[in-house]
Order: sequence, then C-alpha cells, then structure tokens
Amino acid sequence: MEVMPKWADVVLIPLISLLLAAILSALVIIGIGEDPIAAVKLMVEGALGSTYGWGYTLYYATNFIFTGLAVSVAFHARLFNIGGEGQAMLGGLGVALVCIYLPWPHWSLALIFASLAGALFGAAWAAIPAYLQARRGSHIVITTIMFNFIAAAVLNYVLVNLMRPKGSMDPASQRFPDAVHLPSFQDMFSTAETALFRGAPVNVTFFVAVLACVAVWLLIWRTRLGYEIRAYGHSETGALYAGISPFRITMIAMLISGGLAGLMAINNVMGEAERLVLNATEGAGFIGIAVALMGRSHPFGVFLAAILFGFLYQGGAELALWTTIPRELIVVIQALVILFTGALDNMVRMPLERLFLWLRKRSG
Amino acid sequence: MQDDTGRPTTAAPAIELRGISKAFGPVQANKDISIRVMPGTIHGIIGENGAGKSTLMSILYGFYRADAGEIFIAGKKTEIPDSQAAIAAGIGMVFQHFKLVENFTVLENIILGAEDGRLLKPSLAKARASLIDLAQEYGLNVDPDARIEEIGVGMQQRVEILKALYRQADILILDEPTGVLTPAEADQLFRILHRLREEGKTIILITHKLREIMDTTDTVSVMRRGQMTATVKTSETGPEHLAELMVGRKVLLRVDKVPATPGKAVLQIENLHVVDDKGVERLKGIDLTVRAGEILGIAGVAGNGQSELLEVLGGMRPGTGSIRLNGVPLALSGPDADGQARRAQHIAHVPEDRQREGLIMEFHAWENVAFGYHRDPAYRSGPLMNNAVLRADTEAKMEKFDVRPPDPWLAAKNFSGGNQQKVVVAREIERNPDLLLVGQPTRGVDIGAIEFIHKQIVALRDQGKAILLVSVELEEIFGLADRIAVMFDGQIMGERLPGRTDEKELGLLMAGVNGEAA
Amino acid sequence: MDFLTIIQVLDSTIRLATPLLLACLAGLFSERAGIFDIGLEGKMLAAAFFSAAVAAISGSVWLGLLAGIVASLVLAALHGLASITFRGNQLISGVAINFLAAGMTVLIAQDWFKQGGRTPSLLTQGRFGGIELPFAIGPSDAAAYGRPLSELISETNVVQQVYSELISGHSILVYAAFLAVPLTWWILFRTRFGLRLRAVGENPAAVDTAGVSVVGLRYAAVAICGVLCGIAGAYLATALQAGFVKDMTAGRGFIALAALIFAKWRPWHALYACLLFGFLQAVALRYQNIHLGSFVIPVQVMDALPYILTVVILAGFVGKAIPPRAGGEPYVKER
Repeated sequence: MEVMPKWADVVLIPLISLLLAAILSALVIIGIGEDPIAAVKLMVEGALGSTYGWGYTLYYATNFIFTGLAVSVAFHARLFNIGGEGQAMLGGLGVALVCIYLPWPHWSLALIFASLAGALFGAAWAAIPAYLQARRGSHIVITTIMFNFIAAAVLNYVLVNLMRPKGSMDPASQRFPDAVHLPSFQDMFSTAETALFRGAPVNVTFFVAVLACVAVWLLIWRTRLGYEIRAYGHSETGALYAGISPFRITMIAMLISGGLAGLMAINNVMGEAERLVLNATEGAGFIGIAVALMGRSHPFGVFLAAILFGFLYQGGAELALWTTIPRELIVVIQALVILFTGALDNMVRMPLERLFLWLRKRSG
Repeated sequence: MQDDTGRPTTAAPAIELRGISKAFGPVQANKDISIRVMPGTIHGIIGENGAGKSTLMSILYGFYRADAGEIFIAGKKTEIPDSQAAIAAGIGMVFQHFKLVENFTVLENIILGAEDGRLLKPSLAKARASLIDLAQEYGLNVDPDARIEEIGVGMQQRVEILKALYRQADILILDEPTGVLTPAEADQLFRILHRLREEGKTIILITHKLREIMDTTDTVSVMRRGQMTATVKTSETGPEHLAELMVGRKVLLRVDKVPATPGKAVLQIENLHVVDDKGVERLKGIDLTVRAGEILGIAGVAGNGQSELLEVLGGMRPGTGSIRLNGVPLALSGPDADGQARRAQHIAHVPEDRQREGLIMEFHAWENVAFGYHRDPAYRSGPLMNNAVLRADTEAKMEKFDVRPPDPWLAAKNFSGGNQQKVVVAREIERNPDLLLVGQPTRGVDIGAIEFIHKQIVALRDQGKAILLVSVELEEIFGLADRIAVMFDGQIMGERLPGRTDEKELGLLMAGVNGEAA
Repeated sequence: MDFLTIIQVLDSTIRLATPLLLACLAGLFSERAGIFDIGLEGKMLAAAFFSAAVAAISGSVWLGLLAGIVASLVLAALHGLASITFRGNQLISGVAINFLAAGMTVLIAQDWFKQGGRTPSLLTQGRFGGIELPFAIGPSDAAAYGRPLSELISETNVVQQVYSELISGHSILVYAAFLAVPLTWWILFRTRFGLRLRAVGENPAAVDTAGVSVVGLRYAAVAICGVLCGIAGAYLATALQAGFVKDMTAGRGFIALAALIFAKWRPWHALYACLLFGFLQAVALRYQNIHLGSFVIPVQVMDALPYILTVVILAGFVGKAIPPRAGGEPYVKER
C-alpha cells in the first residue's frame, strides 16, 4: 500500500520544497535591506519581459538541461556524479580543438562533430572515476570532486602553455573561425522589421538540448539499457541476479552522464564565447545537481527545472545590475533548492505522509 | 504458590504487558497484546514470520514506542522510551542480527554503553575481571581480546549474551537465536539458557520453530497477524495444536506428491570451488547430480555455502570446477557465466532473497515480470521494450498464480511477502526451464502461499524437470525433496533419502559430524 | 637551494598545512561517527568571513574567532539536521552547504562592507600575530638591532635558524592545530566518548541497543567538526591572511578531505598527509615551474597533485582506504 498518491510525490513535494526555498530566499533579500517583491518583479521583467531576457534565460537553461540530464542519468544508476563541472570543462576542450584545428565548410557539420568531440571528452573524463568505482570501489563522489580540480588544472595548463595565441596575456584560446558560428535565435527568428533576441546568446543548441531530453527519456524509460540502469540503481544484488553487469552499467551510465555534461560545451563554448576561456562552465556542472534533484531525475522535470534556473540566472544578473543585490543571491537560492529538494526531502515528506495517512483513516 | 516446574514463584510476573498496540504506517504490527511472564521461567513466543513477535519484543526493549498499552516490570509500571530505560529495568536482548562492532574486541563490545567513567582503561580492566566471573558462573567462555570479525557466529552470540549479563539483566530476550547455529550449537545455547533459568533469570525465547518451543520452554504464547492468540503451558500442548494456533486452521504439514521417477542427469557438478571477495573459500569441492524429474534438497545451517552454490549456478559469482547441464559444460567465470547466459541455457532461479535479488521493489509488477528476461525478443519492439506485451503477459501470470491484488501497475514493495514470491515463482516456472534453482522458497511467506508454491514446484518436477532446492527449514526439505544432500562448511557431508533418515541424523550431518565415519 | 631556503619552504608548509589539518581533523570526527562531510569547505568559508567581519568591526581577533566558530557551528547544525534528524543524503547536504556558504558570505559582505564582497583589511589588532618563543630571534630582536629579521636569521647558526624560522613565530592557532593531533588521538582511542564515537561510525545499531543515543553522539561529532572548521576558517582570514575575500578557501576543504582519505581516517596520519599537501602548496607558491634538470614540472601539476594522489589512494594502488563502515548511511532502526 502506498502511503501517498503518486501525484503528491511527483508534484506536491517538489513544489513545497521550492516554496520553502523561495520563502527563505525572500527572507535573505529582506535581510540585506531589499524588497523581495520588487526583486521578483525585476527578475521577471529582466528574464522574461523581453525576447532579449528570454534569450538569456534559455541560453542558461540550455546549459542546465545538459548538466541536469547528466546528473539524472547517473542518479538512475545510483551514482552521484559531482564531476559535471570538470566533464563540461573537458568537453569545452574537445569542442575547441574541433572548431580551431579542423576546417569546416558549414556550421551544421561542425556542430555534429563538435558535439561528438565534446561528448567524447566529457565521457572520457567521467570514465576514469567510473572505472575506479566499478573495479576498485573508489567512492565516485570523492573521485569526481577530485577530477573537477584536476580538470581545472589541465585546462589551465593547456590554455596557458599550449592554446594561448602568441602575444596574448589572456589564458584563452584564439577565436573560432566564422564558419563554425552557430545560428543564434536572433539569426533565426529576427525579421527585417522586428529584431528578436537581439544580442542574446541563445542559439540552435537549445534544440539539441530538447532533443537530448527526449533521447534520455527514451533511453531510461523505454530501452532495455535504461531498464538495466534503473534496475541496477535500485538494487545491485538484484542486477547481479538478473545478469546485469554492475561494471558495464556503471561504465555506461557514467559515460553517458559525462558525455551529456561535455555536450554542454557546444552551447557555452561554441555557441556563446566562440573561444575557450578558463572559467567557461561558470558552475553549470554544479547547478545540474540542483536541476536533477528538483526535476526528480525525469527529463521533463529536468527541462522545467532548467528553465527555472535559467530564469533565476538571468533574473539574478538583472538584479545585480539594477540593485545592490549581488549575483551570489542565485548561489544561495541554488543551495536552498538543493537543500530542500535533496537533503531535507524527508522534512517535507514525513509530515505530508502523516497527513495522507490521517486523511485515509478518516475517509476509510 | 507453585508453578508446574515445582519452584516457588512470587505473585508479581517478571514482565507484564497490557494492551500493547503498534502500527507502522498503514500496517498494524501489534494489536492489543497482553502477556504475563513469571520470573525464573523460559517463556516462548511463537508465530509465523511477520506475526509481530519481533515488534513486540522491540517495544519491550525500548527500540520502538508502543502506540498504546502499559508495561509492568516485576509488578511496577515502567516506561521504556529507549534501550537505556530497558537496560535500567534489567532487560537484555539478543537480536536475530547481532548488534556488535565488527572491528572492536569482545571486551570493547561488552563495555560499549556500560563504561565506568570517562576513561577506557579502568572500564576495560573491570570488564575483564567480571568476564572471568561470568564465564565461570554460566560456562560462557570467550577470548576477551579477539576481534568480533575473527570469531564465529556461535561465539558472537555468546558475546551478545555476555553483554546483557554484564549489564546485570534479569530478563533476557532472544530473537530467533538458532537461525545461524548448527543443531549442536543450538543445544549448547539451550543448556546455557537452562543454567540461566536456574540462576533465577527470566528468559523470553522468540522463534518460529515448534521443536525449540517444545524442548525448551515452560510456557508459550502464540502470535498471529499481530495478535496474541493463546498462552499455554508447554507441557499441556503439542506441536500440531501450536501449529494450528499459529495459522488459524488445521495445516497440512506434509506436501502431497507421488514418488519421483528420476530420468537422465540434468545437472552434474564436479569438484566445484568458490572463493569469496574476502578470499575465504566458501565451496570446497562440491559433487552433486540432479536428475530430470526429481527434487534434490540441500539441507544445512545458513552460511555453510548453500547461498554460494545457488549463486554460482545462477551466474551471480564465479567458481572453478565443472558444471554440466544436459552434458554441456557451463562457463564458471567471465562474461558467459552471468545470469543472462544461465537463463539462455534454460536455468531458472528463484533466489533466496526475493527483496534484494529476485525483485526490484520499486518497479511495477509488470516490470518485475521481465526481470532477468528483459532482453527476451518477445518483449521487444525495434530498439525499445514492448511494454504492452509485457503487461498482458503479467496479467496472464497473475491470474494463473492467483497473485493478489492482480494489478500489474502496483510496485513490488506493495505486495505481501507471499504474493511477491508468487510473482517470482510465476516468472521462473513459466519459462519452463530444464533446471530450476530454488532458495528458501517460503521464507516470510504465509501458510496459504506456501502450499501453493510447494504445489507448483512439485508440478514442475512431475513434468520431468530437475529441481535444486535449498532450504534451512528441515520440515520443508523433508516435505519436498526426493533426495537430500547436507552441506557443512562448503562441503557435502552426505546424501540421504527422506524416507530413510530422520532429523537427528541430518542434524549431526549439518553439524559436520559424519555418522558413517563416527 | 640553500639550507635557509629549505627552512623557509618548510615554515611556509606549516602555515599552509594548519588550515588543512584543522579541517582534516574536523572531518575525522564527523566521518568516524558515520557522517560524511563534503561541506568542510563551506564551513571554513563561512567561518573565514564571520571571523574577519567581526574582527574588523570589533577590533578583537578573539571575538572574530568566536564568531567564526559560531558561523561554522550553524552550518554544522544544518548538516546534522539534514543527515541525522531527517536522514537525508549526507553528500547532497554537504554540496548544499558549500553553495550556501559561497553565496551568503558574499551577500552579507556586500551588505555590511560594500567592498565588492570582501571585508576591510585587518589591522594588527584584528589578526592573530606570531608568537615569539623564548630565545628565538623574532621581530623584537630585529627592532632592537634596527636590522631586517631575515638578515639576523641568515647570520645565525643552523639550530637557531630552525628554531627561529620554523618553530617559533607562528600564531597561536598553528600551535593549537598541531596539539589537536595528539588530543584527537587520545579522545578517540582512550576515552569513553571516543569508543562510542568510533562505534557509531561502524555500527550504530550496536550503540543504540547498548542504550546510548546515536543521534546525540552524531550531533556531538558534527559539532566538534563545526568547531574545528570554524577555527580553520578563522585562521585563514585572521592569521594566514588579513581579511576575507570571496571564495578564499579555494578548495582547501576538499584538500582536507583528500588528506583524510589519504590518512585513512587516523589522526597521526592526518598530520602527515596535511604536511605533505601543505608542502606541495608551499612549493607551488614559491616556485612557479620547477626545473629538474631539463625536465620542467609545471605549476599546474603541483596544484593538482593532492587530488591526483588522493585518487591514486582511493583506487587502492597504495593500500586500501576503507572508510568507517556505517559512513554515509542514515541510521534507521531495524530489528
């Protein structure tokens, strides 16, 4: 017998958690002497009030869809991949190599191969922690954290010593050639009369991200591999019984996860910066954790949560621009979302379960 | 006042429970339970798995809080909000799964929570001295400096008893204490318990084994579905009566079946060895044959290699030696030795632990019906799984095996133990395998489902299939098996025919004593 | 490389190892009790900010230290609430705490000081100064002779060099951190509390059935962890540096975690691991790239070395690191 109906589990609990995070965030805003309602208005206006705002919101959301999906796929195999950040960094390296060192006739071809390279580099960076977990029992949370730092050092070395153009002081690669410029929403949707999404970085990658959601949904819920990943995630001994190799699933799930994180680079590196810089990922790998937790590891939930976080990021930037509230407010909100939807899940769940039990006893 | 053991008793019971009730969410584990246990007696509590025995004792030990009811210790109303209070009230408990710190020494485990003062040194010295006293008084010898992970289960159980005695417990509760013991070790335990009773301790013995109740206790209470159905003097009852009280109707303790007509050898095991992850040799050269149309029962105390045997056969762990199925050698390690390969070779497996192995508790019933067979082309459509076919298949199996409720969308965890097991058995038997591996098929299963599952296993045998049955319940082995092999310490101690042996002989074999050699 | 240079690098090693050591011991208490803590970084960061902020406002470094400890304790309590009371995922809680600290410190710093998320630079009053041990050559001698301290030390004998440069002249927190090592060992292996703490990290059910509160023990461990992280953070902002800047912990919480694994959750080994990682930091700080003949070790390798070493240890190539058995798992009563 289920204590709670499914809708309560899928919809009600995340909503209550989100509400708690929102209330605390409002208190924080009040605490630093600002008006939370005015702040929300400003955020909505800045992030959703214009195609420009939407252009940023969706750009950020694209990043978070990739990293959120990355964390989700690993979650289904009960692997906590905190290494999305490092995997996305390495993905950026892959994308940059493809864009700079190979000649491309058209952006579409470049996009396909850059995607492959990004995914491949991200997957490779996830492969080592995955292997160590599967074969040597090294805790994947710790190794992926360590690999984030190692990735930062690797990228630092490559940019400073190898890819930096001669004479430049900036630890960054050269600009990508124009041929690999991805069409932005501005390019795609503006007409001669009305300029839409002007200057906003959202680009064709957004559709790749949506496709990735559909693909992950099919993978997890409709394929035999997805069945095996979920089975392994629920019970390792069960997987062994059913002839599902823990080694194989750990490797595959982490490779997919790392690949998805690496894919993010086609958005931020190829689509936006058009060159590789040191801190290209800007913490998106970590936001993926919040997005996956809030989205309950379901691609549709991840999509919605990514949009929400895209809104928060763009709105937060607007806040920092027009008020004294620094951008770090978003980091606080992100922390609160992770806290309530992740770590304090039972705080919301336990009273709710009691409530449903009481309701059932009354009606039955 | 005298009781039937002839010793005087005081008027006040050592323990009295009045109207204890406890619910876990929607499940009512204990319902209005009252019981009186006189001091200086051994009181048995018997009931099926899930009848609520352990919950009741956990309440008495302050592990859970009762929703309603009162506890009286030696006639005085006592609140037991936590284990600390239980210990203070003179109650000690030996849990079914020992509560010991594996990398601590015996001494450290004994003083844990009962130290004298903030520094360890004096506490350890004092405990060492009183351990010697206790060992002499009750014959409980242990090495105080041995680490728990280095000593056997029988020894670990002694440590648990010593822990309670060190805390000056007058009332000792033992929860299914013989599950991991050989019959000889169990006898030794009962001798210790009798000694403790003579010293005036009160003992509560929780078990589902009728024989232990009959042999050991002075009085016995029977529990069924969370309720106390009767309390009787052991001398005034018998096993049949108790069994009836346990299940609420007359039970058939025997399985109806015709004699087996064994055919050709289906499974041939020769010199099978298994070394586990820690490097311990768990199977030390097993030779076994299972023929078509027979059930080979493997008897033995849990932990003597039966699980490993099933796991090697089911493709869950590697081994060395030779296993042939219908004359064809099976891979014992590498990628061709996994559960998928075994299923492809028509070996079906009802695992020992359905919750950890046989089912994914969070999956829907229809997903579980594919578990292990999820790569079957019949369940596929293109690159995807054909869930519609799967659900139809599930409905058919639920109907045939009378799974209740017959809802393919219900998660496995929401079925009762018996119905969970029916889902597993349906999935495996309906594959029409050449060889069926069955581990503890009726553990935690209600009596009605036991009968049904036993019938299905016998029916498969009668179709000429080979069946390897592992069970720690001798009764089940006697009821089902056409031939019995006894395992001890990773070896086969001997084979017997059920009609030509008895529990005593098997018990000796299970303890590693080979009757022929002795 | 002359002798005095080596001494100076080792001196710097001690300064840099101190916050690692305090955080590492903090993690040791928590994880020995079965509560994984990847939030060391966040607790240190919060403590760094509040200690610097309060020291800047009050002018008292001791009040600053107290504020740092309190801030760290608040986050530790949050971790306890999530992972002990509500039996949540300890790793996720740790991640949340790191972000919470990263965001809140800048937010409050901006609100209080309006200097772009930093505190004002601390003057002498607001910092932990070096303690000059008896007979050591220190700043007072330099003042008396009217010559730079470095000159005085370079002219003296080897023993005096080691004593004055390496052993003397650290802040009180450094000495406290090093004394905390034997103290931790003693608490863990010689006291009742230590026995129970280790037991609760190995098998909480054993502790519970022995009539000792699992929740109480674990909260105690998490609180000790909070206090030590608080001192570590305060050291960063008020001793090693003079004030708080955004993200000033710079991954030290994770290096401490790495050291803890490296040390296999043992106090003395924690000291060695932290000294090693402190040494790596000191070398990376002093030399950008290290030239070994024709071979050059880039500075990035030095930066990444603690993490690489930890991965190697975790992989079990240099002895297996087995964490406390009940670590990371919330305790649920089971029969």
